[in-house]
Amino acid sequence: MHEMSLCEGVLQVLEEHSRSQGFDRVTAVFLEIGGLSGVEPEAMRFCFDAVTRGTLAERAALEIEHVPGQAWCMQCATTVQVNQRFDQCPDCDSYQLQVTGGDEMRIRELEVE
Amino acid sequence: MCTVCGCAEGEVQVEGHDHSGGKTHNHDHGHSHHGHEHDYGQGPAGAHAPGMSQSRMVQIEEDILGKNNQYAAANRRWFNERGILALNLVSSPGSGKTTLLTRTIEDLKAEMALSVIEGDQQTANDAERIRSTGVKALQINTGKGCHLDGHMVGHALETLQPESGSVLFIENVGNLVCPAAFDLGEAHKVAILSVTEGEDKPIKYPDMFHAADLVLLNKIDLLPHLQFDVEQCIEYARRVNPGIKVLKVSATSGEGMPLWYQWLRATQQMTAVGL
Repeated sequence: MHEMSLCEGVLQVLEEHSRSQGFDRVTAVFLEIGGLSGVEPEAMRFCFDAVTRGTLAERAALEIEHVPGQAWCMQCATTVQVNQRFDQCPDCDSYQLQVTGGDEMRIRELEVE
Repeated sequence: MCTVCGCAEGEVQVEGHDHSGGKTHNHDHGHSHHGHEHDYGQGPAGAHAPGMSQSRMVQIEEDILGKNNQYAAANRRWFNERGILALNLVSSPGSGKTTLLTRTIEDLKAEMALSVIEGDQQTANDAERIRSTGVKALQINTGKGCHLDGHMVGHALETLQPESGSVLFIENVGNLVCPAAFDLGEAHKVAILSVTEGEDKPIKYPDMFHAADLVLLNKIDLLPHLQFDVEQCIEYARRVNPGIKVLKVSATSGEGMPLWYQWLRATQQMTAVGL
């Protein structure tokens, strides 16, 4: 959706950490993107290349780990896997699900020089 | 310096994330090594091993939206301290958001203090429409941006200075996708959906309807001329968000608007007692 601003957010975090942790170049960025976060990994890659051009992260590899969507089914009283916010419970077909995981967008770690 | 978020260059951020010099340990023990030299390497890792480069891994574990969330939290604190009810109005373009807002203002300005932040890519037309009702309004043009963020709203508050105990409407950029992810510090997101759109909008744009607490189903005066299935639409919205509330209104005919005003009064009273 708004991958451009997200990539700018990533770059801001990198720049802050380069000052505080003393590195000049980022060679790889490891992200954790949930299946329900609304982020399109392909668009993220495209924007990441554009946003990092001419910065400390130019040509850095972008590794995206996909975290599956999880929800608590109130009928089954158990955690089930979902691909969309409006998915039914795969076991009982109920829509009474509370999303419990898979909406994260996190920077996990960096490889730096 | 920005008094809301302290965002000026080089300022320490809200959560005090200034760890300058953090990981480079400089142990100056002031003792001599009796003439022999230790080679700790010159690279940033401070270590030296044959065949190894100076690249290293840095654990960050930081939310990509963390920065925005900090600004939003600061805005929320600011609202709470002043008992201001802030509502983030979201919708697709053309849902009648500004018409609904001007009607609301005309009907309620005598009984409560109101102000508006208008977000659009270009033009100050909407803010001018609001100002013509006699209520304070400030336009934010996002330029190429597709949503308002916590930082922009923080700056808008400095200029707009909404009164304590007032209701602040933040009319977001017409877009059912991006504004869902960007918290502005509001108490509630209110989604405006018009019956001239498809009834499946809630499942087409699930993130937005998941994030909203209230849906205003607008333009219901047009229902006799349309194929729109109201019950189906509400059912779709509940699939994405079981707790969502829906009010049927028409900003043109005024039908259903008293329900929305009642919701506003009740919510404002909750804000006034700090809930």
